[in-house]
Amino acid sequence: MIERYEKIFMKLAAVFLFGAVAALVVSIAGGHASLPEPAGRIEPEQVRDTAPFDQPGVREATADEKDEFDYKVTMVAQAWQWDPPAVEVPQGKRVRFEVTTVDVIHGFYIPNTQANAMIIPGQITELDLTFDESGQHSLICHEYCGIQHHNMGGKINVTPAEK
Amino acid sequence: MTVTEPAPQAGIDEPATPQPSRWGVDIPGLEGADLRPIKWQLYLSLVGLFLGALMGILQALERLDVNLYENVGLNTYYEGLTLHGVAMALVFTFTFANAFCSITTMRGLERPLNRAISNASMYCAWLGVALAAWAILANKATVLFTFYAPLQATPAFYIGAVLLVISTWLVLANMLLTLRGWRADNPGERVPLLAFVSIMTYLMWFVASLGIAIEALAFIIPWSFGWTTTVDPQFTRTLFWFTGHPIVYFWLLPIYVSWYMMLPKWVGGKLYSDGLTRIVFISFLLLVPVGVHHQFTDPGIPLSSKTIQWLLTFGIFFPSVVTAFTLFAALEQGAKKNGGTGYVAWIRKLPWGNPVVSGQLLAGIAFMLGGASGLINASYTVNIVVHNTAFIPGHFHLTVGTAVALSIMAISYWFVPYLTGKQLWGRKLAVAQTWLWLGGVFTFSRGLMQNGVEGQPRRTAVNSAIYSVDHPEWGIGNAMAGIGGTVMFISACIFFLVIIKTIYNSKRVEGTQIVPITEVEHGPHLNHFLLDRIGVWVGVAAVLCIVVYGELMLHYLPLQSVSKGIRLW
Repeated sequence: MIERYEKIFMKLAAVFLFGAVAALVVSIAGGHASLPEPAGRIEPEQVRDTAPFDQPGVREATADEKDEFDYKVTMVAQAWQWDPPAVEVPQGKRVRFEVTTVDVIHGFYIPNTQANAMIIPGQITELDLTFDESGQHSLICHEYCGIQHHNMGGKINVTPAEK
Repeated sequence: MTVTEPAPQAGIDEPATPQPSRWGVDIPGLEGADLRPIKWQLYLSLVGLFLGALMGILQALERLDVNLYENVGLNTYYEGLTLHGVAMALVFTFTFANAFCSITTMRGLERPLNRAISNASMYCAWLGVALAAWAILANKATVLFTFYAPLQATPAFYIGAVLLVISTWLVLANMLLTLRGWRADNPGERVPLLAFVSIMTYLMWFVASLGIAIEALAFIIPWSFGWTTTVDPQFTRTLFWFTGHPIVYFWLLPIYVSWYMMLPKWVGGKLYSDGLTRIVFISFLLLVPVGVHHQFTDPGIPLSSKTIQWLLTFGIFFPSVVTAFTLFAALEQGAKKNGGTGYVAWIRKLPWGNPVVSGQLLAGIAFMLGGASGLINASYTVNIVVHNTAFIPGHFHLTVGTAVALSIMAISYWFVPYLTGKQLWGRKLAVAQTWLWLGGVFTFSRGLMQNGVEGQPRRTAVNSAIYSVDHPEWGIGNAMAGIGGTVMFISACIFFLVIIKTIYNSKRVEGTQIVPITEVEHGPHLNHFLLDRIGVWVGVAAVLCIVVYGELMLHYLPLQSVSKGIRLW
């Protein structure tokens, strides 16, 4: 059923595919990139009354948390704004974002970084990021969330590391 | 088997004295009334393409900072985007599949489908489209074609979509009924390949469509009527993507039917292997449960499910590789018979002057790039770089937007004359149209892909966005998308000119119209009967779906049903 050339062709394809999988496995094992995983559930209507989302903002990690991250940024997405609309984090520090939504699905996206995740009602999105360079980043909602979706932008200011 | 005698009277309005040159089609026992529902499915498909193209040019112009939405009576960019997605991804593709695969099944089994069911399917599709179109144009359903809860549209929108899906189920029921009749008359024979691949396309889609069916019927529709108050957005989204990935196969497989079964005939080559062809179609059925690779960045989905479905997704590489080999073999064989030589130079000897061929060849070229970019999207963590950015529409305008859409346009240059008995008008113009589309989409997708990598979100009125001023690097990609999209629109206009002039052509075709069916080099072999046991394959596919999505549900349940409907437009 399968001809010789086709067998060679399929073997080459298999080699390519296993190479691609291996490259990804190496990158994941090396901690270069990771996907979000379940970080807890919450009722959208009670987000504003539930810690930590009742006080969104940036805080330094506690001594217990220092193993995992240096700063924690808590944010609430709501059509069509980020709360807080701008956050400031230092360069070179491990930042953990925790985000949820009070209404519809939004997207959490900081261009040119690995911050790219969905924010889904009922779920808490958690992602870790270290900004290697200082400067200003856009924070963009990249999932359609109503007619002002394109105006749901925020700012992430990365301040230079203290020498 | 090719029927050489003129077939009985199909499509002839008034009985006339028999003449050998009279137009007819090559399906024994078919009457004109059997073609009517097929024709109207195809016309609905063209209506979908027309609406989709109109919305497409509005989006392209938005990239060039020309905002015409209010001028044409639409409320927002997103209302147009909803219409674009529904018209292109659901209406255009589904109803073309209904028409085309009905014909190929009838031709393969050499008998007509049940006329009443064909009519029911056609009316169901038109009614569904009318309902959904009303809902969108009345500004009651600006939820995009993914309709993620808790954005809540009017019930008519969802009911319209469900009716459209039911129209495809009716086609499948009709196919299976006809296949049963064929098997009773042909015991111990292999199912003809053309019918097999057509029916397998619809079986795959039936299994795939169960996700969206459960989502709509059990959750979204009761909720939109107010019978239930809340849904779980993460869960309904997961049901959507259960269907939302293999819906891609349903767009593509009717084109594969043409690429495997007809294109070799058009170019004078042969299909290499009967058995491998069946295996390719079966493997799409088995690869239904991979939808989570559209949800790599979802917070509620465990990493185990993401990993399992990522690896299964890579399995799609297998049928794609076989397809690439098989098609190039058939093309090279045909071109070399036609005097072609060398490793590459033979390509010039393909019948490029035939728009049916040129469109499908160019669609195939786009598909190679589309497939390669798809591998990027599917690659687990690499997905982070492109997820929900403009890269994604850049990718799928090469796949569904060209591999499928341009092939449908090319096939229509044969199909419309076949169904109407009218000669194709403007053959050279039609060839030019196919090239124009390719040039347009290459420019368009190149622009969007670049912008995606540079951080531009998809599904966004970018030129109105507050953050666009901070991203001047998007300018060149926007220009390319705008210009490329405009060229695609011009190409679509030429397509409609050719089709309408063909439908109203005073010149009729003569003699029996043929569904071009390729000869097969190897097979079918009588010891490959297992391949024809469609019940077995559906069973295996069902078990795979239950195992793969069972793993996800085991981790996910209980439902987090916390969201009331919200309208934000």
